[in-house]
Amino acid sequence: MMGNDLDSITGALADLTAPAAPGLAERIFGSWLAAPSRLGAAFVAFTGAGVQFVRSAESVRGDAAAFADAYRDRFGRPLRPADRAPAGLLGALRGTSAASLQLDLRGLSDFERDVLTATSRIPAGQTRPYGWVAREAGRPRAVRAVGTVLARNPVPLLVPCHRVVRADGLLGDYMFGSAHKEQLLRAEQGNVDEVAALARQGVHFVGSDTTGVVCFPTCPHARRITLAHRHGFRTVGAAIASGYRPCRHCLPAPTGG
Amino acid sequence: MRACGVGDTGDREHQGEQLLLALVADLDSGFAELVRAHERVVYSVALRLSSRPADAEDLAAEAFLRAYRALRGYDAERIASLRLRPWLLTILRNAARNAARDAARRPAPPPGFEPAEQLTRGPSVEHSVEEQVEQDDLGRRLGAVLAQLPEAQRVAVVLRHVVGLPTSEVAEVLGCPDGTAKSHISRGLHRLRALLTEQPSDGLLAGRTVK
Repeated sequence: MMGNDLDSITGALADLTAPAAPGLAERIFGSWLAAPSRLGAAFVAFTGAGVQFVRSAESVRGDAAAFADAYRDRFGRPLRPADRAPAGLLGALRGTSAASLQLDLRGLSDFERDVLTATSRIPAGQTRPYGWVAREAGRPRAVRAVGTVLARNPVPLLVPCHRVVRADGLLGDYMFGSAHKEQLLRAEQGNVDEVAALARQGVHFVGSDTTGVVCFPTCPHARRITLAHRHGFRTVGAAIASGYRPCRHCLPAPTGG
Repeated sequence: MRACGVGDTGDREHQGEQLLLALVADLDSGFAELVRAHERVVYSVALRLSSRPADAEDLAAEAFLRAYRALRGYDAERIASLRLRPWLLTILRNAARNAARDAARRPAPPPGFEPAEQLTRGPSVEHSVEEQVEQDDLGRRLGAVLAQLPEAQRVAVVLRHVVGLPTSEVAEVLGCPDGTAKSHISRGLHRLRALLTEQPSDGLLAGRTVK
């Protein structure tokens, strides 16, 4: 019988003990695995919220412990081996599909997240300059900062930072080396040689005199313009001055890219 | 007194030493053992220090992550000298205070404090249904009035009576002498009794009629 006494209160307090929360360990530990990617074997770490960290095995000399250390330094979380890959990861690493893949971008600043989100909108085989990403991320003047963010991209390949290039037509740096950047773009059927040839002539934008639209040279709309109707421009401003309007697909802007 | 995670004292000390050695040998796999050994205590306390069960999971995870980040910076000697349970619960208490402070800065949370009665023990065979109803009701009301205690008293009562820590560990977590911890526990219990008497619901402590 319950009474109005301290013993019944302490008894009831002891009954407030909870069983362990079933998902607690999952919220604490990151999981890691090795999987094939477009750059050979890659190490991947993820949480219940999505993929957090990707590095090519080559970039850590094949050393899983070095990858784990880099993860712990950056995310301050313990790691344990994964039983299975999260949905969509293996396809995304191979470059076939990223549709169902979840990314865990907690811990990044709003700007870093905006940069990665803008970068992830660049279609396969196409490139955009750093200034384009800055504008799409809502900070048009933060061009150098975009480069800094992408150099530290926690999820390369999954967020295709290899598709962000210099405004002068050179491919620029890549966290795994610029040779790999070129290799990835060529594998995506990017028109790397054509873009480089145009850049040598000072052409960074291409317009069609039949549609009156001006594009980045990697845009599919630019690539199908026949030679007779194709006009090159150094800047979008020059194209607009000649009566062209910027493409609604690849979104070249009058300033900065 | 039933107390989770507290077995025979000598046994527990031995397990504690094994765990510290495991942490020194390999931090991440040792930490997995640490979580297994202490998650029930940490989560039980977190439930009583946060207003909603979902917050309690966040709070417990946050405390473990803070512990992990601290351990990464400790050398073997410092890890070996840790008293893990009071150390973890001290981190949990600080995390709870930070969370409460942050919550106070934000707009008011949704009203309607719902203690996690579904997370306490389910019905067990030794208890009749009526006794179980009676206990669950007291448990629910206790959960609600615990939240009204001053922080130190609440922590002291929860550590001593919900998870069954010895007074010396309660004092360690509160960062005060044993005598002060004892007095927090005792005052907290008396305050709980007064609050329960002030707010009779279905009876229990105020003379409930059982059909």
